[in-house]
Amino acid sequence: MTATATATATAVPVRDREPAGLRVRRMSGQVGWAVLAWVVGIAFFLPVLWMVLTAFKPESAAQTWPPKFVFSPTLAQFRLVFSGWGPYVTHSLIATTVSTVLVLALGVPAAYALSVHPVPHWRDGLFFFISTKMLPIVAVIGPLYVIALKTHLLDSIWVLIILYTAMNLPLAIWLIRSFMLEVPKEMLEAAELDGAGRAREMTEVIMPVISPGLVSTALICVIFAWNELFLALNLTTTNAATLPMFLISSVPQEGLYLAHLSAAATVASVPVILVGWIAQRSLVRGLSMGAIK
Amino acid sequence: MASVKFVSASRVYAKDAPPAVGALDLDIKDGEFMVLVGPSGSGKTTALRMLAGLEPLDGGRVEIGEKDVTFVPPKDRDIAMVFQNYALYPSKTVAENMGFALKMQHVPKADRERRVREAARLLDLDDQLLDRKPKALSGGQRQRVAMGRAIVREPKVFLMDEPLSNLDAKLRVQTRSQIAELQRRLGITTVYVTHDQVEAMTMGHRVAVLRDGQLQQCDTPRQLYDNPVNQFVAGFIGSPAMNLQTVPITDDGVQLGGTTLPLPAAVSAAARQAGLHELVLGIRPEHLHLADGSGELRGEVLLVEELGADALLHVRLAGSGDPVVARAEGRKPPAQGQPVTFNVQTEDVFAFHPETGARLAG
Repeated sequence: MTATATATATAVPVRDREPAGLRVRRMSGQVGWAVLAWVVGIAFFLPVLWMVLTAFKPESAAQTWPPKFVFSPTLAQFRLVFSGWGPYVTHSLIATTVSTVLVLALGVPAAYALSVHPVPHWRDGLFFFISTKMLPIVAVIGPLYVIALKTHLLDSIWVLIILYTAMNLPLAIWLIRSFMLEVPKEMLEAAELDGAGRAREMTEVIMPVISPGLVSTALICVIFAWNELFLALNLTTTNAATLPMFLISSVPQEGLYLAHLSAAATVASVPVILVGWIAQRSLVRGLSMGAIK
Repeated sequence: MASVKFVSASRVYAKDAPPAVGALDLDIKDGEFMVLVGPSGSGKTTALRMLAGLEPLDGGRVEIGEKDVTFVPPKDRDIAMVFQNYALYPSKTVAENMGFALKMQHVPKADRERRVREAARLLDLDDQLLDRKPKALSGGQRQRVAMGRAIVREPKVFLMDEPLSNLDAKLRVQTRSQIAELQRRLGITTVYVTHDQVEAMTMGHRVAVLRDGQLQQCDTPRQLYDNPVNQFVAGFIGSPAMNLQTVPITDDGVQLGGTTLPLPAAVSAAARQAGLHELVLGIRPEHLHLADGSGELRGEVLLVEELGADALLHVRLAGSGDPVVARAEGRKPPAQGQPVTFNVQTEDVFAFHPETGARLAG
């Protein structure tokens, strides 16, 4: 009896020896999680899918409820978008890139002074930076408007550049600081022993190590600046209007031009998605830096 | 090449806490290989960092080549350091890593490349490795690059902070002899920190044993082994460790293993003078000679560890608590549970004060 049992045990693979009840429970558990994951994924993706589909619809087909998934696609909306968006996208590009460059130029030295060689009262400085984000933007739009008016910066690209820089700087400082804290102390000491001064330490040791982190920080700043609407809406009209303002021009007094809005939104999302795609390796490294020593 | 001196050097971290390094006095001769050894928290790495200038001094001074360098910044002390985790620059190639210090000193490119190549040859680093980044190297290769970075600078003093602790056991044994040989060849004063007493014994000209920030003894490995100055050094140096047991003193000697062991006259006198009723007896495993039933000390074998050439016997001696370790021939060691007897020579026995740990009549 024992001999045959042993022989069977070695011949049959483990999988097939699993008791039936346990197998059903295990598989239904796996299937359950898979279904849930798909449902959640589709729920997140469906609005985006609808937006992209609607972009190809003629305006009449766009306004229906329930939404039509079968229609004759047209590029008319895109043609409208591309003919109208010229100045808007230029302003968005300028405001986003210049503000992001400024954020990095100011944020890196600030983060350095708060992490690698902390200045006295660095904790207070850090808290001050983050506290500026605690204020709702709606509360300060009045004074901001007055300041912009008095300095003749209203409806100029510079007011957006300055404000986007100020808006993104605290977050960038916190992020860059956390990346700088990941730089091993011994590496900095080795550089100090090798005779590197502050500047060389920054350019030769710290920057190469945190460069993936800088890419992910820059990307986050680009996303926030690109999609920012409230300040652009209140402080600019024609000379510095950005892409989000172009989007809401699809929602005029007369009604809702859903197809045009969808086309414009799709086009507006593409640059950021593209940049994120190109930078995705750096992005993943940057966001998971320090997770594994 | 220069001598190094710690003169009453101290480092205190918290005001009421004991010092990390307490008034260290150490004289390291020009060209000497000095090993700082001790358990974690003994202050050996702190002392090394004080010498490097990475840690400020709270008292005393540090001298390199007769010059007081206590307030000199690290890069001006003409030293080179090998860190425990190598601290290589990940974005630079091996050649750039090794040449970084020279680049900071504005050494011309041709000179830099020549010195890097020479150091690489000295360390058996292939030319093709010079263009690789650290992440493409094995642990042993990275360790050699870290050493190369130090050698290239031709400093007055080498500082090494446990450079072998990240290597596997076999590579560690191989590399430690290479480091020792390299130091003899280059003749540069070296201060080497480790917690491994085997490394200390095999590599150093002299070894300084530290504990809780205090220097216990600084001597040649032989002297540390044969003449430890206190119980801590005796128990720390030597593997397997010296057997230390508190034993009562009788008129004729001490009670151990069911018999009375005689003490050397000087030790008895010292014990009597200090008014002791018991002391800590130290016997090294190799000094417990296995006798075929006729030995003075009786015991039972608890465990046999076979090492091949030797065997280590864990024995519970009659009448005492902690087991002792004895070294025996590897061929036919006693079996577990077997009763055994040992002989020990009187002059091989160490005695320590039960409270202070100081050696009695050393």
